[in-house]
Amino acid sequence: MDFGSKYIPIEIGGLTVRLSETIIDTWIVMAVLIVLAIIVRIKLNRFTDVPQTRFQNFIETIVESMDNFVESSMGVKYKYFGNWFFGVFAFILLSNLSGLFGFRPPTADLGTTAALALTTFVLIHFMGIITGKLGYFKGYFEPIPFLLPLNIISEIATPVSLSFRLFGNILGGSIIMGLVYTIPMWLRVWVPSVLHIYFDVFAGCLQTFVFVMLSMAFIGDKISEE
Amino acid sequence: MNETVTSYSIETLRAFVLGCSAIGAGTAMIAGIGPGVGQGFAAGKGAEAVGRQPEARGTIMSTMLLGAAVAETTGIYGLVVALILLFANPLVGKIQG
Repeated sequence: MDFGSKYIPIEIGGLTVRLSETIIDTWIVMAVLIVLAIIVRIKLNRFTDVPQTRFQNFIETIVESMDNFVESSMGVKYKYFGNWFFGVFAFILLSNLSGLFGFRPPTADLGTTAALALTTFVLIHFMGIITGKLGYFKGYFEPIPFLLPLNIISEIATPVSLSFRLFGNILGGSIIMGLVYTIPMWLRVWVPSVLHIYFDVFAGCLQTFVFVMLSMAFIGDKISEE
Repeated sequence: MNETVTSYSIETLRAFVLGCSAIGAGTAMIAGIGPGVGQGFAAGKGAEAVGRQPEARGTIMSTMLLGAAVAETTGIYGLVVALILLFANPLVGKIQG
């Protein structure tokens, strides 16, 4: 379901591959993230114990606030999840903000958000099994064994609602923006800019935050404390 | 009284299904009422909590956003149904002549 996304058909060995706008925009977002990461890695060699440059202060603030965010919602023991969630956060944020530069946001495609939600789904159950062992499976038969199907449905509903939330918000925003761009030329100067601030910057940042926070809450929920 | 059997052309049937789909998409968005009420309630309670305990602002804020995001889910389902009806209509393909 690509919802009006354009695509370029490409022939590879007799097979027609549809190279959609989403894929190309994802590559652009990935390229920007990789270049940023390489720049930071090169500058990392010149970092001092006490920050002296503005750049180092900025990087340390971002990494530290992400670590504190994970620590406050999942506990000190699972602080290492900060590495993963920082990557997810950066990718979703940049994807949502790419609408500002005229791209179709990669998160406005159910494929992207479903993939992100599935990684959360795998993490939830992986962490549940390795921390809870048998107690994890026992959790499905609570409060009474009769409720097993309902418990399984509620587990499946988690990634569905996670992916639909991000996808619906971003796609809804970009469809409304597309409708607004049909207004007369002299209005196009200022009307879309206000809406871009709401739909791309505000909703984009909020949905990124919500996605990461809900993922952490779901994973933290399944981790059993001995 | 004779029963008149009229056969419609595929174009007419297509137009009918598309029109009904548009009405369905509009109706699906009535689901937006629920999240509106729910999020307003969450925001109101959040403001109340901040008024009572201003020092716990950060915790209240993130808890409120979490609750608002969960309350939004049903509205987003409605939106997705409306978008499927508008952009990826599964019903039009079912018309046979």
